[in-house]
Amino acid sequence: MQGQGDSAAAPARAITAREGKGALVSAARRREVRVSWLLSAPALLVLLCAASGPLLIVLVYSFLTAGDYGGIVWSFSGEGWFKVFLARDIFDDTVSIADAHLTIFWRSVRLSLLTTLICIALGFPTAWFIATRSRESRNIWLFLITIPFWTNLLIRTFAIMEVIRSEGIVNSVLLAAGVIRQPIQIMYTDFAILLGMAYVYLPLMVLPLYAAMERLDFRLIEAAYDLYASRRRVLRRIVVPLVRPGLIAGSILVFIPSLGAYVTPRVLGGGKNMMLGNLIELQFGQGRNWPLGAALSLTLLLIVMVALIFYVRIVQKEAASRE
Amino acid sequence: MTESEIAIRVRGVTKTFGEGASAFHALDNVSVDIRKNEFFTLLGPSGCGKTTLLRLIAGFDQPTAGRIELEGQDISHLAPFRRPVNTVFQSYALFPHMTVAQNIGFGLEMQDRPKDEVRETVARMLRLVRMEALADRRTDQISGGQQQRVALARALAPHPKVLLLDEPLSALDYKLRKDMQIELKRLQAETGITFVFVTHDQEEALTMSDRVAVMNQGAILQVGSPREIYDHPVERFVADFIGDTNFIEAELVADESDGAGTARLRLATGHEIATALPEGMRAPRHVTVAVRPEHAAFAAPGEPAALAGRVESIVYFGTDTHYHVELSGGGRFVLRRQNSRDAAEILATGVDVAIRLPRGSVQVLRD
Repeated sequence: MQGQGDSAAAPARAITAREGKGALVSAARRREVRVSWLLSAPALLVLLCAASGPLLIVLVYSFLTAGDYGGIVWSFSGEGWFKVFLARDIFDDTVSIADAHLTIFWRSVRLSLLTTLICIALGFPTAWFIATRSRESRNIWLFLITIPFWTNLLIRTFAIMEVIRSEGIVNSVLLAAGVIRQPIQIMYTDFAILLGMAYVYLPLMVLPLYAAMERLDFRLIEAAYDLYASRRRVLRRIVVPLVRPGLIAGSILVFIPSLGAYVTPRVLGGGKNMMLGNLIELQFGQGRNWPLGAALSLTLLLIVMVALIFYVRIVQKEAASRE
Repeated sequence: MTESEIAIRVRGVTKTFGEGASAFHALDNVSVDIRKNEFFTLLGPSGCGKTTLLRLIAGFDQPTAGRIELEGQDISHLAPFRRPVNTVFQSYALFPHMTVAQNIGFGLEMQDRPKDEVRETVARMLRLVRMEALADRRTDQISGGQQQRVALARALAPHPKVLLLDEPLSALDYKLRKDMQIELKRLQAETGITFVFVTHDQEEALTMSDRVAVMNQGAILQVGSPREIYDHPVERFVADFIGDTNFIEAELVADESDGAGTARLRLATGHEIATALPEGMRAPRHVTVAVRPEHAAFAAPGEPAALAGRVESIVYFGTDTHYHVELSGGGRFVLRRQNSRDAAEILATGVDVAIRLPRGSVQVLRD
C-alpha cells in the first residue's frame, strides 16, 4: 500500500518541481540577458556615437534649410538634395543639371579608378617581389612599404609638390639636362592628383596583395609550368585567379579613400581641379550651405555603397560557383 | 642498350646549392640511363638527392654541371613548359580554382590542342583513373586518394614521353597505398609511358619497379632490377637500406680453380665458401659480406657449418619466424625461416645451432 501511494503522488510532485525549476531558469535567463546587454554596452555606445549617430545627424541636416552664415535652420527643405544634381538659374528660375557637380563627381570616380589601376600596376609586381623573398627579408621589405604611413599625409603631399612644382626637382633636373627649355606644368593638373593619390594609397594595395601572395602555394606555379603553361599564362590562369581576393580587397582599400580624398587634390590639384571631398568642404566652409554639404556627403556614401555591393555580388557569385 | 631504347640519359650531372663554404652538393657527378617504357625508381633516404634529380629532369632546377638528354635531345637548360615531361607532385598541386575536369584538361589547353580533342582526352583520362562521376567537383571536395588519381590523370593527359612521380603515395594510408601501387603499374602498362618514380619506401620500390637506382648522399650507388638489388647488393649501404641483412667479416683467398671473377672466402670459423666478386676486386684482402636472413639455413647434424652459435631469441611473424643467433666468435646473426604447418623441429632459445650458407647466399661488398 505504502509503495502504491508513493508512486501516485510522485508525478504531481515532479510537475511542481519542474515548474519551480522553470521559473528559476527563466529568471536566470533574464539576468543573463541583462548582463550580456551590459557587457556589450561599450561596443554599442561606440557604434552609436561614432558610427550611426553622426551619420544620422548628416542625414537630418541634408533635409534642413541652410542658415545665412553657415549652420542650419530647423525647417524642412529639399533644397540641399535638389542642388546636388540640379541648378536653378538665379535670374529666370529655370532648372538645369548641375554641370559643375557632375564634372566633379565624374572626375572623382575617374581619378579614383585610375588611381586603383595605377596601384594595381605598381603594387602587383611589388607585392610579388616581397612575397618571393626569403622569409626573413620579407619583413624588412614590408617594413619599408609601411614607413610612409608614419609620416603625416600633409607633409608627404607637400613633399610631392616639392618634386613636381615648376621650380621643383623634376623640372630643375630636366632643365639642367637640356631636355626641356621651359618647366613643365605638372602642379594643379589631374595628373598631379593622380600621382599624389597613387603614391599615398599604394601601400593599401601592396599589403592585401602580399597577404594573398604569401599564402599562394608556389608548387601550383611549378605544376602549371610543368603542364606547358608559359610565364604569361601562369600569371593569367593561376596567379591572378588565386590572389584575386587580395586584388579585390586592395582595390576597395584604394578606391574608397581616393573617392573622398581631400588633402591630395587640395594641395596638388589646386582650387580648380576639385574632387568630391573638396566640394563637400567648400559647402561647409565658404559655401555656407551645410544641407548641400550633408547631401553631397551622403551621395559620396552612396557611390561607395554601390561599389561595395558590386564587390559583394562578385564574391557571392564566386562562392556560388564553387558550390 | 641501344641509343633508341633510352628515354632519359643523365651524364655527369652535378647540382650544387649555395656557394663557397656553405655550398651543398645535392648531386655529385651522377650518370644513369632510363629506358623507354620502363618503370624506373629512384630509391634512397631523404636528402639523398633523388628529388633533386627528378626536378632537374622536370626542368624546375638546372644542373650545375653535366647534361640531361631526352631521347637524344639535350634538355638540360630547357624551360619546364618546353619539355614533353610531366610531373605528379607529392602534394598533388591540384589547381584549387578549377574542377577535376579542368585540372585534367589544363595541360592540353596550354598546348593549344583543339577543344574537341581536349574534351575527348579529358573524358578518356577520367575513365582511365575511374573518376567520371566526379568530373565537375572542385578538388577540395574529393578525398586524398581521388586527388591522387586526378593528379595522375592531369600529368598523363598530354601524353608525355616521361612521367615523373615524386613520392606520390606517401600521403595515402596503407590500404590506399597498396591499391594505388597496383593502379600505377596498370596505368604504366596501359599508357606505355616511361615512369620515373621517386620513393624512400624500399618495399614500394621492389614491388613496382622494372629497375631501381639506389641513391645516397648525392650519388647513385647501384642500378638494377629489384631482384639484383636485393640479392646482389654491391655496397654496404644498399644491403643495409633494402631489407634486413647480416654483415660478416671475412678474408678473400685467391683461388684460380674457380676461374676469373670468383674466389674463396674464409670465415672467422675457418669455413670456406666459393663466391663471385664485384668487378675490379682482387683477392687476397679483407672484406665484408652480406647475407640475407632468409638465404641462410640451419645445418643438419654432420653437415659442414659456416657459422655456429646459440639461439638468443625467437620472434614469430606469422608467415615466418626470425631466429636471433649469438655467434660463438662474437656478433649476431638473424636467420629467417618460412613457417609451414609441418614444421618438423622446434628450436628453443638457448639451443646451440650451426648455420649453413648455401652457394650464392653470400654477397661480397665493395668496402
